[in-house]
Amino acid sequence: MDSALIPEGVKRCPLKWFAVWIGILNVPLMVGVVGALLCWGLALNQTNMNNNYPFALWIAADLGVIALGAGAFFTGFLRYIVKIDELNNIVNFTVVIGVICYAAALGILAIDIGQPLRGWFIFWHANVHSMLTEVAFCISCYFMVLCIEYVPLILENRQIDKFRFPHAFSHRLHEMMPAIAAVGVFLSFFHQGSLGGVPGVLYGRPFAYREGFLVWPWTFFLFILSAIACGPCFTILITKITEKFARKQLVKRNVIDILARISGWLLAGYLVLKILDTVYWVSSTAANVGAPAGSFYANEPFGVWVLITEVGILGVIPAIILLTKRARENQPLLMLACLLNCTGIFMNRWIMTVQSLAVPVMPFDKFFSYHPNWVEWATTLMPLWAGAIVISLSYRYLPIFPQEKELNPL
Amino acid sequence: MKEEHQKGHGKTYKYGMVVDLDKCTGCGACMVACMAENNISFRKDDTNKLVSNFWMRVYKISNGLPFPDADISYIPRPCMHCEGHGHHHATPCVSVCPACATDYDHETGIVSQVYTRCFGCRYCMAACPYHARVFNWWDPRWPEGMEKYLSPDVSPRMRGVVEKCSFCFHRLQRARNKAYAEKRREIGEDEYQTACTEACPGGAITFGDLDNPEHKVCKLKDAPGTFRLLEKLGTNPKVYYTTTRDWVQKAADVYVGNEGNGVTPA
Repeated sequence: MDSALIPEGVKRCPLKWFAVWIGILNVPLMVGVVGALLCWGLALNQTNMNNNYPFALWIAADLGVIALGAGAFFTGFLRYIVKIDELNNIVNFTVVIGVICYAAALGILAIDIGQPLRGWFIFWHANVHSMLTEVAFCISCYFMVLCIEYVPLILENRQIDKFRFPHAFSHRLHEMMPAIAAVGVFLSFFHQGSLGGVPGVLYGRPFAYREGFLVWPWTFFLFILSAIACGPCFTILITKITEKFARKQLVKRNVIDILARISGWLLAGYLVLKILDTVYWVSSTAANVGAPAGSFYANEPFGVWVLITEVGILGVIPAIILLTKRARENQPLLMLACLLNCTGIFMNRWIMTVQSLAVPVMPFDKFFSYHPNWVEWATTLMPLWAGAIVISLSYRYLPIFPQEKELNPL
Repeated sequence: MKEEHQKGHGKTYKYGMVVDLDKCTGCGACMVACMAENNISFRKDDTNKLVSNFWMRVYKISNGLPFPDADISYIPRPCMHCEGHGHHHATPCVSVCPACATDYDHETGIVSQVYTRCFGCRYCMAACPYHARVFNWWDPRWPEGMEKYLSPDVSPRMRGVVEKCSFCFHRLQRARNKAYAEKRREIGEDEYQTACTEACPGGAITFGDLDNPEHKVCKLKDAPGTFRLLEKLGTNPKVYYTTTRDWVQKAADVYVGNEGNGVTPA
């Protein structure tokens, strides 16, 4: 029924199956919508957050999805600025993933703030000294950049492309893409860093606080590096999942291999700096304010296993796999490495936000644990379902995988 | 820093308090007075203290020894109205607020909270190591009729915004208005006192201008056995504590062993 909208030369499942799939995805999505409405309607008492945990799952997820979405700007950077032409075959898809991640971040923030109708205050009454202000400006601007990058993909739909103006407009946007990508790279480097600055500047919280360079704490630079190290892995992971559902190869192995190799080197570099940062923080920054490392990991579930898992299991192992040619070419191992890398980023963001607040600072303060409730989980998982819908629609109706026809001749 | 901000803007004050922990009995009168004075909302079941609203909170600490050496102490904790110093140059919460909804007044040293500007991101709460800031998780409600007893000088806060101790700033405004009406430029020490200071039956809280040698707090803050919470972090709080009990001092603050003379003697 919708065959006229499907790109030429490719095969898609029948519309009824597609409708069922979208319908299934809408069920958990609606549960999330209910959670969001509860928060907006009845206030944030609907969550398990409290005065000890003003930042919780949502903020950790926010920082996480933005890091995962780094694949968009970084692949754009590699394609349009470093000129790695092979990445042209995946750059469209990274834009789709980026749009989803950044829309998710903005959506989660809209639920997280207590007075969502005042969200614009951050722009109107901006405190230029606050890392969060920088984050808000850069994320919003970069989301607009991503939308501009997504528009030509939509305009390339078979039916829309028949019209003269959308066709010409899309063509012009494509010509401007290197410039747009450069703007995106500039904005992204800053907000990925600023997100690291959010916990890094909290000098009242020795667990989070880091010294640094000028106004930027070391976490500023670590967040940039970790984001560009995991972004390509997330792109690979989503591409492979899409291929699994589509039951066909969509991107050539050499393209995936380039991303995996770059990701591996960046992850290795990040780990070296992260370990150096941890050693300096424990031995100097935190020790000088009377906060021994043992006190940071004294309360379960935030024990020392957290650090070991984050750096070792979710850092060193994927780095080794990604840097070893034979391991990288083994598809299940590659998937495992990507999964571990992405989980590591999420864990890092959780540690830097939630664990930072969990550690008691006053000597007579007590430790309290925190577990997100269903409202928090349901709303946090919304991007997963909404993202699957956007990817499904994009895959079905837009030519986002240039190699699909070649790899799957009809 | 402060002098630079106030250049050409008249005299500056540095309001703060000294709490004598040896005099505090933990009666909670300061908390009650604070709630009544500042229209702090509460719920029918307010047993979960992690989501309750307190501007002044009294902590209880123990030396952990068996009888007859057992001893306890209470630590009243308002907002510390941190000045920040060293390379930080800023109050922890003020520097992070993205919407300028909290401000450090360089004339009085009071950290304010602009409720109508706060959009509830709670970054300031994350920045505060003293848990002095609380979030309005619920709509403020009072039992029927009680709203008639609310203070007209303090605006109640709506849900979704952060609030905290203001050192009863409205009392300072009231004292200033009175002085202005009486054609005076200065207000006396007794004219501006916080509600908790007045309510404390043991006289454990002393409030005033920390820079004014004529105010009691100015002398008390330099007395032996006086310290500030989390001195080492560099938050530079304006709330001081004093005690003659060594274990209380050690249990109430962090020490790294190289403290100099002054506020944190070993």
